[in-house]
Amino acid sequence: MKRNIAIRIQEAWEHLQNRVQGGEERKDIPEIRLGTATCGRASGALETLAAFREEISRNSLQVRLLEVGCVGHCYAEPIAVVANPGFPPILYGSVTPGVARRLVRDFLGAGDPCLEFALGAVEENEKIPSIFELPRFRMEKKIILEHAGWIDPARGEEYLLRGGYRGLFQALGMDPREVIRAVKAAGIRGLGGAGFPAGEKWETCRAFPGKPKYVVGNGDEGDPGAFMDRALLESDPFSVLEGMTIAGYAVGSRRGFLYVRAEYPLAVERARAAMESLRGLGLLGKDILNSGFDFEIELVRGAGAFVCGESTALQASIEGKRGMPRVRPPHSVERGLWGKPTLLNNLKTLAVAARVLDQGSPWFRSFGTPRSKGTVVFSLAGKIQNTGLIEVPMGTTLRELVFASGGGVPKKKTLKAIQIGGPSGGCLPASLADTPVDFDSLNAAGSIMGSGGMVILDEDDCVVRTARFFLDFTQKESCGKCTPCRIGTYQMLKILNNLVLGKGSDSELKLLEDLAFEVQEGSLCGLGQTAPNPVLSTLRYFRDEYEAHYREGRCPARACRDLIAYYILPEKCSRACEVCVGACPVEAIATGAKGIKVIDQNKCVKCGSCYGDCPPEFQAVIKVSPPAKLREYEAKSSFPRKLTNDDLRLTNENEKK
Amino acid sequence: MKELKKKISLSIDGKKITARPGMRILSAALSRGIWIPNLCFIPEADLPFGGCRLCWVEVEGEREPVTACSRPVREGMVVRTRGPLAERLRKSAFELLLSRHHLDCRNCRKNKNCGLQEIARRCRYQLKPGRFTRENPGLPADDSHPDFVFNPNHCILCGKCVWVCQAKSAGILDFSRRGLECRVSTFAGEPLGESKCNGCLKCVDICPVGALFRK
Repeated sequence: MKRNIAIRIQEAWEHLQNRVQGGEERKDIPEIRLGTATCGRASGALETLAAFREEISRNSLQVRLLEVGCVGHCYAEPIAVVANPGFPPILYGSVTPGVARRLVRDFLGAGDPCLEFALGAVEENEKIPSIFELPRFRMEKKIILEHAGWIDPARGEEYLLRGGYRGLFQALGMDPREVIRAVKAAGIRGLGGAGFPAGEKWETCRAFPGKPKYVVGNGDEGDPGAFMDRALLESDPFSVLEGMTIAGYAVGSRRGFLYVRAEYPLAVERARAAMESLRGLGLLGKDILNSGFDFEIELVRGAGAFVCGESTALQASIEGKRGMPRVRPPHSVERGLWGKPTLLNNLKTLAVAARVLDQGSPWFRSFGTPRSKGTVVFSLAGKIQNTGLIEVPMGTTLRELVFASGGGVPKKKTLKAIQIGGPSGGCLPASLADTPVDFDSLNAAGSIMGSGGMVILDEDDCVVRTARFFLDFTQKESCGKCTPCRIGTYQMLKILNNLVLGKGSDSELKLLEDLAFEVQEGSLCGLGQTAPNPVLSTLRYFRDEYEAHYREGRCPARACRDLIAYYILPEKCSRACEVCVGACPVEAIATGAKGIKVIDQNKCVKCGSCYGDCPPEFQAVIKVSPPAKLREYEAKSSFPRKLTNDDLRLTNENEKK
Repeated sequence: MKELKKKISLSIDGKKITARPGMRILSAALSRGIWIPNLCFIPEADLPFGGCRLCWVEVEGEREPVTACSRPVREGMVVRTRGPLAERLRKSAFELLLSRHHLDCRNCRKNKNCGLQEIARRCRYQLKPGRFTRENPGLPADDSHPDFVFNPNHCILCGKCVWVCQAKSAGILDFSRRGLECRVSTFAGEPLGESKCNGCLKCVDICPVGALFRK
């Protein structure tokens, strides 16, 4: 009997493979794959798409133009891969409409691959250097994002052609308990932040009595600076959907919910399209691959609350209630959606499960560190040259991430700190850049893996302001249920708000630290328990900066507006140039004696326009902290420090001319 | 249901008590006359609310304190209600509540019958926000209903009124907004007098402080 099922599945699978391969389009016409995920669109990918279309029809060429997702190189968007028969497929970066027209005309029309725009070929070949020679590609190991940016996210056929759904095919031929054993053997840990062993969760959910059971994919990615789940859904929703289906089979569920932030409209659209496509292929819905296993997935849009990323709040939200976390136990695997056993995993965890079932646990275990297996996806943002998504094996050091693959800090600035894990994570100083990224090393250093947001701070970023930014976020996003999170974070924020104004005292700093501990220990859910992390970690590594703010009224990074003043160095001022005068929105800069520009500190609103606009060859505008230090500069200078009536007269006359 | 036959024995502050399996420390303690400070606990409720964060206790063998309302009892468990870390978290939560509570006992209808006052008296806390400065939320009171008034400035968001209204009555009360702005409210903040309130006054009876009171 069991054998019959295995044969039926095998037949259905072969039939499906034949169908997909038979439907494959002709190889002899050129193909353009343009990344139109949110990051691409923000860089103008839709205009590029229109330009491609227009130019193709103008030249009456036969070209297949496809929209794909994101390959992770957000800094080089819009990105297009052009496959012209006779050439290896080539990846182009920053494809503006102009570049798009040239590619069609010159490459597709005339056979010139326009290598000046190319990042590299996507296959090893003898003609054109491949992208795998770039340091970023060498470091990366793509498991979760294996297909992201390469496939059309709306057509399941493409996912199948690249080897997709082999995981589910394997799983359906196994006993559900074997599937769970494979997940356990692989050592998959939850990639939503906490790193809970996925296999154990699956096992508990399967074992717990109660029917029906549900599977939930948590795509409520709310951390500022994090965009991994969005990119995954926009580029390759199939991996997630396959993982959910496998999880459903393993735990004995027939119904899954994919919870996606409402702020990700494109992800919602593409996930819906992907589900339609899978239904058409018989990979979602009734009797999947003739196995008798039914699984249906419903997409639920989030309600716009950060706290809904917390598992119990997320489930309340799906049920149509207010997203408020509840006490545990009972855990979701015992009592989740509508009181039934529910398996809730992050989208990336589900995608990983799909790969593990396909390639096997030993393969997966060969990546990572002894206690953190596999890979991790980070979104690199902030002061970094090459922003974007990167997937590396666990255990890669922060330094490798920032410098080798991220291209380092722009404008020759120095790395100050790395903020990992968003508002729940911590800030690690540059001195800890050799910390490997895995669950345990990051915890030990006072941060967390989090869901994978990574914000790079340079010397111009003030850690007090950074901590305040994140705390302000968690304070506003607290659901308000428990006292420490609702009022404790507010009291902490009040102290930080004072600090950036240069106010505070040793006792207030102690109160901040004490309260941070109490909120961490005393809050009901993960949001409150981790909300003090940015404050605690910056206090741990940058206490002197906190103290400088209230003791000296000085912001060491010269970022806190109330603690700095702008000053034009007379020795450096070009005298002939008027850029700063024009840039100043409040007319605080005037031309003084000998043509030197002087800032009227009473009028100055410290917007930084002059600082940003002073031509790089002069760099005459500096920031001074504390503002009282201005007097030192003025005393050193041989030029008059205040505008005299004469100066003003001169300025007026100049203006008249 | 065979679990019900067994009894679990544990000790709280040296006192040996028994409890049914599945019970949580706070219900077990209260049912045996051992008081642990709490404001949001409702014995009848299916799941504890766990919002006030006052019922901290320390369990022997565990590094971190736990809330008594949420932790299930275990055979042989040794619980201390007054450990230093539990006391610290409790006092912190108490002071934080007072920092956003309109402390106007003289004019408050719940004076001498108030949950906050009781905790201060029994735990020997001062009825003051301690390390924090007190701020009155400054929200308007809703006296549109003929029978009772809701003063959000006294509200400590224990959620008891929300529970009783939803579980036992018209179901018009819920939380709204987030963060510090979080409050108990009708749908879209409709005045109580114009809402579908049936005037059962269960919310008034269950309110541990002076946020809901009869006219």
